[in-house]
Amino acid sequence: MASESLDSLYQEMVLDHYKKPRNFRLLENADIHSEGFNPFCGDRVVLTAKLDQQGIISEVGFKGEGCAISQSSASMMTEAIQNRTLAEAKELVTVFKEMMQGKMLDQKEEDGLGSLVILQGVREYPVRIKCALLTWSTLQDAILEQEK
Amino acid sequence: MFNSEQIRSDFPILTRKVNGHQLVYLDNAATSQKPRQVIDALSSVYEQFNSNVHRGVHTLSMEATEHYEDARRKVAEFINAPEPETVIFVRNTTEAINLVAHTWAIQNIGPGDEILTTEMEHHSNLVPWQKVAEMTGAKLRHIPVTDTGLLDTSQLDQLINEKTRLVAVVHVSNFLGTINPVKDLADRAHAVGARILIDSAQSVPHMPVDVIDLDCDFLAFSGHKIMAPPGIGVLYCKRSVIQDMEPFLRGGEMVREVWFDHATWNDIPNRFEAGTPNFADAVALGAAIDYLNAIGMEQVRSHEMEITKYGLEAFQSLEYLKILGPADHTLRGGLIAFHSTEIHPHDLGTFLDQKGIAIRTGHHCVMPMHRKIGLPASGRASFYIYNTTEEIDLLIETLKAALTYFTKGSSS
Repeated sequence: MASESLDSLYQEMVLDHYKKPRNFRLLENADIHSEGFNPFCGDRVVLTAKLDQQGIISEVGFKGEGCAISQSSASMMTEAIQNRTLAEAKELVTVFKEMMQGKMLDQKEEDGLGSLVILQGVREYPVRIKCALLTWSTLQDAILEQEK
Repeated sequence: MFNSEQIRSDFPILTRKVNGHQLVYLDNAATSQKPRQVIDALSSVYEQFNSNVHRGVHTLSMEATEHYEDARRKVAEFINAPEPETVIFVRNTTEAINLVAHTWAIQNIGPGDEILTTEMEHHSNLVPWQKVAEMTGAKLRHIPVTDTGLLDTSQLDQLINEKTRLVAVVHVSNFLGTINPVKDLADRAHAVGARILIDSAQSVPHMPVDVIDLDCDFLAFSGHKIMAPPGIGVLYCKRSVIQDMEPFLRGGEMVREVWFDHATWNDIPNRFEAGTPNFADAVALGAAIDYLNAIGMEQVRSHEMEITKYGLEAFQSLEYLKILGPADHTLRGGLIAFHSTEIHPHDLGTFLDQKGIAIRTGHHCVMPMHRKIGLPASGRASFYIYNTTEEIDLLIETLKAALTYFTKGSSS
């Protein structure tokens, strides 16, 4: 009964991350702690991460509540930023946001995003884009805080 | 006689398709659709007598004023207000409540006084009172809500006491659907010398409401939820309560005489309608009231009760979905909010939209109550005179499909 369009929004991988979120825990003694809230729908994400001595994100954990899009996006992001530097993570945020805003990605950008590209199905649903972006904005806030 | 087909044919928007499907509009608690009669009335303002009201001596201005004041009379009769002057036109329920907050409330409430609301208030009947409490030093209290979605009246003797200055309560909850015992609350408020404000945004459009019978001091509702356009709303006030009240907004229309350094105030209702009012939408509101009167508000109420009863029973067949609010349809307005342990309401909302079904998803501007019952959000289907049991069938069938879609493989 579901349409093709719905299937492109709720890809199998998206639903899998929603039902079995990865890194779904808050880290103690985290170097990064950031919270994001979307008052429109009540979606919430709390992001924690540890940095090693080289400034590489060595461990990530999140907790949250919300729709399949916001939570799967968060879960996928925690996998994507692991073992990256803050600068690399920041670049990933930029590329991901550009993708969601409809920019055509070049091959290098697409490779950088990896499986995250499946979230571009959300673009067909403008009101849901902010669901996908919530966790990324939360990460961006955390990085800006670190850079202060 | 009630004719569902006839009524539906009055609403042009109901024929449109959404995502390839016939629109099923179940978001009436957010805003209602407009019948052709209201759309025509609004056009007629601009095509026939558009001109500023209460201003000129020319024909158009006189006609515009006449239609505007005629709309006020219709509203007054509709809610059984004793005189048209007790009906103040505002933008919406929120503005009506803010008007009372920034006039009567700050002039009559002081340190140590108490303002009583409920835990099920819409933000519009909560946040203004937070501000009044902050400005006056009064204490804001809340009547608790029971697990079954009713006001817990067991502590009322303690909650409504000699310190209480105002009871501000929602008539029909836009979230739980609960119809609150506002008449009884009015009696109790008056017994201790307090005033009562009723947020009627979800009651006036859907059932007979009589301000004399309720004996309320203030009553507020929005035009857009009663088939009129957005941007027009109503505040009813008892004359004895507002006739000496200081104005809210200051400027044109609300004055009697103006000097360089001071001014005197016009009579009610003009004193509270500073600036050019939204006369065009007021005229459309008058047409909406004519439309509803022709059907009869008792009919509207009984139709919505029937749909709600049907919906409450149909929801029982859905796995993973839990209905919020009272189980008894006679204690509810025409809406059903629900949540699922398996699926977020936004995902359900998107799925339903793909089938042309419009429901509300989110916190419905009732965040504290959602927090109390431990939900970040919920879904809500809300009904009006043009909804049918066939549409409920379609909703249930589509919800079933959505639940299957989102829970597939979840057991693995």
